[in-house]
Amino acid sequence: MTAGLAVQINSVLAALILLTSFGLLVQRRIYGMLRLFAWQGAFLSLSTAIVGYTAGLHHLYISAALTLALKVFALPYILYVLIHRLEIKRDVEELVNIPTTMLIGIALVIFSYYLTAPIRELSTLITRSTLAVALATVMIGLLIMITRRKAVTQIIGFLALENGLFFAATSATYGMPLVVELGVALDILIAAFIFGIFFYHIRTSFDSLELKDMEKLKEDE
Amino acid sequence: MRIVYSLIIEAAQIAVVLAVAPAFVGWVRMLKCRAQGRASAGILQPYRDLRRLFYKDVVLAGNASWIFRSAPYVAFGATVLAGAIIPVISTDLPLGLTADVIALVAVFAIARFFTALAGMDIGTAFGGMGSSREMMVASLAEPAMLMSVFTISLVAGSTTLSEMVRVITSGQFVFRPSMALALMAFVLIGIAETGRIPVDNPATHLELTMIHEAMVLEYSGRHLALIEWAGMIKLFLFASLGVALFVPWGIGGPHEVFMVPVAVVSLAIKLGIVGVCLVLVETRLAKMRIFQVPEFLGVAFILATLGMLSFFMLE
Repeated sequence: MTAGLAVQINSVLAALILLTSFGLLVQRRIYGMLRLFAWQGAFLSLSTAIVGYTAGLHHLYISAALTLALKVFALPYILYVLIHRLEIKRDVEELVNIPTTMLIGIALVIFSYYLTAPIRELSTLITRSTLAVALATVMIGLLIMITRRKAVTQIIGFLALENGLFFAATSATYGMPLVVELGVALDILIAAFIFGIFFYHIRTSFDSLELKDMEKLKEDE
Repeated sequence: MRIVYSLIIEAAQIAVVLAVAPAFVGWVRMLKCRAQGRASAGILQPYRDLRRLFYKDVVLAGNASWIFRSAPYVAFGATVLAGAIIPVISTDLPLGLTADVIALVAVFAIARFFTALAGMDIGTAFGGMGSSREMMVASLAEPAMLMSVFTISLVAGSTTLSEMVRVITSGQFVFRPSMALALMAFVLIGIAETGRIPVDNPATHLELTMIHEAMVLEYSGRHLALIEWAGMIKLFLFASLGVALFVPWGIGGPHEVFMVPVAVVSLAIKLGIVGVCLVLVETRLAKMRIFQVPEFLGVAFILATLGMLSFFMLE
């Protein structure tokens, strides 16, 4: 595999990661969101492996394997069990309607392209062009967290944001040191468990996972 | 001498478009019948339908104006003109230089505009309803279509179709995310523009779900034949436009007369595959509610826009 082909495949994967971000933004069903999130993880893992191969950095293979194990299988499974156990309604409710959300998403992509343009000029890595996509993924993850009403969908938004950060690290500097990445992976896994416990407690004290029910902190009045 | 060759190829292409379009529709219908476990009428049935309609008398409403009578001819003429612009078998088209992609979209819009006017001309409820729905779909599909085609224009550096085909076939094959996204958008738009499931059902005569069929409900005889034929050509042209933009390998270049038979064979193979994909989509999906169509086309627009952005960001 030549470097040119690797760059092409990597940019196709970057486009797919961006596409799954938009998919998460417009998806109405909660299981559909989980499936899209798993796909995003798969593209991310493949992209990391390809960057590792072209750059000759073997610790990226470990990162790719971790991403595959955690973000494609473990986290979607944990969230699936959580949704199933807590009997959350499968429809996702949004604060802003879908076409508007999509247009905001497009605006964010253009914004992150302009924001990363100077870095792109300075960088010499083969992955420099995917940095804009990585930043856009982070921002769309934030947008998902803002526009969704349920705690579970906000968690998916948060995890998509983390995917974006991971992708940014790979494309800007060929990934963080392995120790850091192992730590982050462990954090994410533990966060997923803590979210699960949180959701359980939130539901027992508020009887729902809707954010608007959590605004009131005291029970009296 | 060269101009004579070009004119011959142009004439041959128009003949191919006129003759093959019903066969393509027949192929799609036949596959659909097979996929749904019905006996099919064969690939030649659209030709028999057209012949029967041409023999029948025209029944006109008492208050039909000249718009109603001329609309089938305008729509048919505009569609055939589009067939003379798109490089279906060769890029060596004298008419191809007169109009680029933007004009091509406008030519399709003329046909649709007159059909929609004719739908409202008689004053029946269904005609007006069909026209209003058709224009709603069109107003959303056209910007998405232009965005999708512009993405390929950016890659090729030109808006002339022949030039776009030449640039894409000449260079080395490159994986381009922008082209992939534009293709996805183009497929969604093609389904909406040619009135296939899940946007519109070409076979329905159920009053409330019709879009295109409601608009042309009052037509009969040779008028209906022309409109149906124009519809078949439109489906054929969208399929071959998709082929020309995304898999143009096999289309003859300028002054390559010997390429024409090869081009016809490769076109037949590609359209056969397009037909199979179309039937798979149509049998797997159910028709969506009309108020979901804006969202469907919104997705197409977003895909096309992302394609355009990824051309700047990633290439």
